[in-house]
Amino acid sequence: MTGAMFLGWRYLAHHRFKSSILIASITLMLFLPAATRLLVEDSATALTSRADQTPLVLGARGSELELVLNTLYFHAELPAEIEYRTLVSAQSRGLANFIPIHSKFQAQGAPIVGTSLDYFEFRALKIASGRQIGLLGECVIGANVATRLGLGPGDSIISSPETVFDIAGVYPLKMTIAGVLEATGTADDAAVFVDVRTSWIIQGLGHGHADLARPQAGAAVLSRRDDIVTANASLTQYAEITRDNISAFHFHGSAESFPLTSVIVVPPDQKNATLLRGRFQDNELLQLVVPGTVLDDLLETVFAVQNYVILGLAILSFATIAVITLVFLLSQQLRKGEFQTLLRIGASRSYVSVLIASEIGFVFLISALLAAGLTVATRYYAMQVLQTFLTL
Amino acid sequence: MINIKELTFRYRGRGPNLSSSFGMCVAEFTVPLGASTALVGPSGSGKTTLLGLIAGTLRADSGSIHVNDQAITDFNDGELGRYRIRNVGQVFQAFELLGYLTVIENILLPWYISGDGRKFDIRKRAADLLRSVGLDSKQSAMPGELSQGEQQRVAVCRAMLNNPPVLLADEPTGNLDRENKQNVVDLLVEQAKRNNSTLLMVTHDESLLDKFDSVLDMRQVAVPYDAESQR
Repeated sequence: MTGAMFLGWRYLAHHRFKSSILIASITLMLFLPAATRLLVEDSATALTSRADQTPLVLGARGSELELVLNTLYFHAELPAEIEYRTLVSAQSRGLANFIPIHSKFQAQGAPIVGTSLDYFEFRALKIASGRQIGLLGECVIGANVATRLGLGPGDSIISSPETVFDIAGVYPLKMTIAGVLEATGTADDAAVFVDVRTSWIIQGLGHGHADLARPQAGAAVLSRRDDIVTANASLTQYAEITRDNISAFHFHGSAESFPLTSVIVVPPDQKNATLLRGRFQDNELLQLVVPGTVLDDLLETVFAVQNYVILGLAILSFATIAVITLVFLLSQQLRKGEFQTLLRIGASRSYVSVLIASEIGFVFLISALLAAGLTVATRYYAMQVLQTFLTL
Repeated sequence: MINIKELTFRYRGRGPNLSSSFGMCVAEFTVPLGASTALVGPSGSGKTTLLGLIAGTLRADSGSIHVNDQAITDFNDGELGRYRIRNVGQVFQAFELLGYLTVIENILLPWYISGDGRKFDIRKRAADLLRSVGLDSKQSAMPGELSQGEQQRVAVCRAMLNNPPVLLADEPTGNLDRENKQNVVDLLVEQAKRNNSTLLMVTHDESLLDKFDSVLDMRQVAVPYDAESQR
């Protein structure tokens, strides 16, 4: 019967264009529902696992989903900002650890996340090379950013200007890379982490320039009245924080009024979590959300859509099977003469049946292998695709 | 040797162009071992039917057919298949080469069906046959790339692969020009002689008859089966 299988294989190989179309149709028929289900399930697992590791998120009232996605994935859709004083005030009550998140800017396609050192401990992020952030203007970068941009400790990365044509807008800040984080397979791999005060400097709330009280700065002084010195446009702001100019950097106004996009709240136990949720329940300006619950609501919708998609694919698969069956039947009809020749030479009817079955078997086997390969590849790249989608 | 005795056969409505009463009766008919015989006769006299009965693709209603002392009329379907693949080489008018196999693979077709013998030996045999018909350089060619004469030579090689004791050819020159007709008949007769095979070839071409040991007219061998006369 190996002879029949050989003939079946040679037939498919000779009619490679027709065979390829058949194989492609069956591959898609098998791959699409499997990949859809896997993609959704893996995405759901990834989303919920990161959400479940984040007990509570505090932010401005508005879209809970945007708040959670920005906090967990540094999503570009910005939630309304809250003031730093919210964190200070809540921290003073001692019910939880509060980690600031200021994720508003980007550096060469990677989100810049202004936070505190607590974030690294909370997410169990380890330094793969270099060291942790030590100074204003320093950053640590995720593993993917390092690989993508070919950067490492000692290199620098520049924040992207928000509006190219706004000369009064925020100037880019050149940040020194202090270290590179170990890969975690999460959104942290694709981010640039800075101290929250550095992110405020990027926003223009703090800056550094020559001391106007010194005589050398005379050319940059527009007017002096009592203690108020007004600089003219020739005063150059530093675009990089170095050990030499770090002392010239300062903030105007109170830090408590500076913005955060959200705060990760890590209560020590369930009791404190419940107390905190109660406190913010009726707050008109702030909301304290459980990320897992917010994403569960999203996933319910996703799963409902997935079921409709799979139903549609099932109907398409049925139509595909019908067409493929028709193709095989018509092919057998057209090859009647060939089968007759085989019978006349001495083949049995079962030999011809094995020949036909092996052709169908080869087509389905190749299709199944291709579909399996594609599904594995999809699963492998699914998280990267998901993270790219979430940080867009 | 092929020996047929008191054979009757009738098509029972098989085939769209055959009346339900078409058939034939053969009282006795013998072809000696190793002889080459041309089978002639008008259309519808039963030449192809007789070849089908000897090849075992058709079953007689009564009587016996012995091929080299094997009573093939007693064989079941499986035994007939094995008999055919080991004992009968067939050459058809339309060559019937498989378009998706190369020339050498077409010659090896009986081996792909039977699986008898070692692959190395059988491939060498196929290559030798191809060399003997002057198509050594066409081993990897597809049938569509060959002329009709070349295709029929490949078909003859396929029929000869298993050294069959019986070689049946049903108008193998029907689609060929004059020169190729002569070449193919020469080839068949020569191959049959070389293997001591019994060759039975149907032909309408009288110019080819002198190449055979004997010529049999179907009108002398078989009587058409007449349903009306049986009533």
